[in-house]
Amino acid sequence: MPDVTSETKLQRTGERAVQRTGSGSSPSSWGLGDGQAIPWEYAPAPESREIVTIKERYGLFINGREVDAVDGATFGTVNPATEETLAQVAKATPADADKAVRAARKAQRYSWGQLPGRERAKYLFRIARILQERSREFAVLESMDSGKPIKESRDVDVPLVAAHFWYYAGWADKLDYAFPGRVARPLGVAAQIIPWNFPLLMLAWKIAPALAAGNTVVLKPASTTPLSALLFADVCRQADLPPGTVNIVTGPGSIGMHLVTHPGIDKVAFTGSTDVGKKIARGVAGTDKGLTLELGGKAANIVFEDAALDQAVEGIVNGIYFNQGEVCCAGSRLLAQESIVEPLIEKLKDRLSTIRVGDPLDKNTDVGAINSKAQLEKITELVESGKAEGADFYQPACDLPERGYFFRPTLFTNVAQSHRIAQEEIFGPVLSVLTFRTPDEAVEKANNTPYGLSAGIWTEKGSRILSMATKMKAGVVWANTFNQFDPTSPFGGYKESGYGREGGMHGLHAYVRLEDR
Amino acid sequence: MASRQSRPTGDAAARARTTTRAVQKAADATVKPRIEVRKTYKLYIGGAFPRTESGRSYLVSANDGTPLANACRGSRKDLRDAVRAARKAFPGWASRSAMNRGQVLYRVAELMEGRRDQFAEEVAAAEGLRTDKARPLVDRAIDRWVWYAGWADKIAQVLGSSNPVAASYFNFTIPEPTGVVGIVAPETSSLLGLVSRLAPPLVAGNTVVLVTSEKRPLPAVTLSEVLATSDVPGGVVNVITGLKNELVPVIAAHVDVDALDTWGVPDALRTDVDLAAAESIKRIARRPRGVADARFDWTDDRAAERPEWIAAFLEMKTVWHPIGV
Repeated sequence: MPDVTSETKLQRTGERAVQRTGSGSSPSSWGLGDGQAIPWEYAPAPESREIVTIKERYGLFINGREVDAVDGATFGTVNPATEETLAQVAKATPADADKAVRAARKAQRYSWGQLPGRERAKYLFRIARILQERSREFAVLESMDSGKPIKESRDVDVPLVAAHFWYYAGWADKLDYAFPGRVARPLGVAAQIIPWNFPLLMLAWKIAPALAAGNTVVLKPASTTPLSALLFADVCRQADLPPGTVNIVTGPGSIGMHLVTHPGIDKVAFTGSTDVGKKIARGVAGTDKGLTLELGGKAANIVFEDAALDQAVEGIVNGIYFNQGEVCCAGSRLLAQESIVEPLIEKLKDRLSTIRVGDPLDKNTDVGAINSKAQLEKITELVESGKAEGADFYQPACDLPERGYFFRPTLFTNVAQSHRIAQEEIFGPVLSVLTFRTPDEAVEKANNTPYGLSAGIWTEKGSRILSMATKMKAGVVWANTFNQFDPTSPFGGYKESGYGREGGMHGLHAYVRLEDR
Repeated sequence: MASRQSRPTGDAAARARTTTRAVQKAADATVKPRIEVRKTYKLYIGGAFPRTESGRSYLVSANDGTPLANACRGSRKDLRDAVRAARKAFPGWASRSAMNRGQVLYRVAELMEGRRDQFAEEVAAAEGLRTDKARPLVDRAIDRWVWYAGWADKIAQVLGSSNPVAASYFNFTIPEPTGVVGIVAPETSSLLGLVSRLAPPLVAGNTVVLVTSEKRPLPAVTLSEVLATSDVPGGVVNVITGLKNELVPVIAAHVDVDALDTWGVPDALRTDVDLAAAESIKRIARRPRGVADARFDWTDDRAAERPEWIAAFLEMKTVWHPIGV
């Protein structure tokens, strides 16, 4: 997977301007990282927004049709890079959600649920193909609505979206082989609630396996990023998907909770914060609803002294600055072995100085806009807490656009385990550096969190990789790499990072009931 | 059995088998009366058999009301001690090789085989059955250990995978045990149901805190004596008897319990258990929809032996590594 760093092959030329600034930055305690930037000017390379037509107003997608909310209410969705309102989107009421559940039930009972697996497969293949055909349109829209760099939406999000539908399409008529000795039956109607960090990708992770197994869905996108889901509704129409198979209701979180507690729902799938995940788990308490949760994380990225440091630096940068750090599996805690912490931080600071923050639609942008004002405020608040608690703060010099929600890539060194920035999920481009001496200490620190989504290990020693991978209480372990995703690869957390897996054969399990043959 | 001699059996077959013993007993009685040494039914925590720290007990009676024994009425503190013991035992048990874990659990079956008569009498008393009806339940419980023990070194191959990702990476998924599992044992089936719920998380490499059947706890206590003399390390299984209304809310809310088997949770507590479990994102394995504890047929191997019940207490871990030079 291409990442924020892959195309960066900078030539070091000319004199290096000292740019150690950033509001309130203090000289690095390591005294080494010079944060010197290479004066490398990039001409603007904006991706054209012409490819996508954003309507003034979007309705809900219920039973194959675009409909207004029953009370006609709407809310605006904002481009976080410009603060302009892109469109008005229908604000679903509980009555609208009820309609969507009824439509999904009807489709599950009479159309989609009756289709043989091989016919479901062809619909899903169709969807994958249409997504590929319209990939640039989706990428541009996704970047505009979410703030993520076009480089990522174009090269990561949208290709993975198509790949997910492609992968699960092939499972639809092969479920007997996924569950040997058992018959896999659909659960029924799934309520799926997805976050704003990977709006379309999370839609794919949710909808593709659900449909492959014969379920129908009511999907609630995040309220700050509804547009790509609503454009996906158009893909469903183009694919002639039976009406009601996919329903999309946009609105506030209360609509999500309404779906969770709705008696017409058989299965709930949620990706988002651990706090909301707990609310959702309470919402299904006492029922027989299936539940999968993909929640927060505070991943440790562990760098041993024998690691290939330049590669590790690229992995660290990819781990925490990919998608502005708004990634549940982000490598937000760097655990560096003491003997190499100084050169590592020096390299990291140099590397940070080359990161380009700015217009998400510029093809050269590495770090785009923070998704919303509220998220920017949360990041700012946690960063202030880091300074107040005594960690050393560092930001590279870089100009931020005058408008929009932007935040400089941030590095904290001398972080203690008790600091909030080492404990809480920041969901922003903020890296906390801690150190360790022995592998055992690294394990202890890495696992010292209620979360358990992902971990990174950097060492050239194979046996250490396998031993560390075994000891990490985390659902995904990246060794000498980070933030890789693939539809065939199960993803999900240990501990309070949730339960259930998405992706791979394991991802089907959440959407089936197994019966005796 | 504590009050075995006072309980009418009406069991011709069993009587026939015990005739010799009875004659001997009668002969002894004429010489001098032999007073039975009764068993004290205790908790099993960290490999030891403490009484409840609360000093409380409750009377356990047979189905027909005959008193059988005083069982420990375990407390919140007992449960906490049990969770601590289970947590402590977890790393060791989880890191046993799969084959070793399989052998250790198979050994439990071996030891139960040697206590078949005792288990048959206890199950008969607990469940109000004739001993000849209890005997097949015991045999099935022993066979169930054997079935699950055999999974130890196979489940990773069935549930794990090598994933063909679309880039140059080696990517594989392996199951790992979840951690400390709280089991609320079936209320009705005192041994076979219990073993059917206990074996799956154990074979997966978890450690267990078991809340026994409230009305029929005695076979579970005897099972703990088997475990204590087997090769299952202390703390891997901890057994607490007592009142479910007292114990279940505690284990459901304990944040160091990673997963719950709620098969034997009384219906009235079901929602509260789910609510408490939500606070620490506990995994919950529940009775399948529409299945009633009291009516479930544990002797139906197809229904009662499931690799999914092992999988319910496993976490899938996916590891990536680049393929390069």
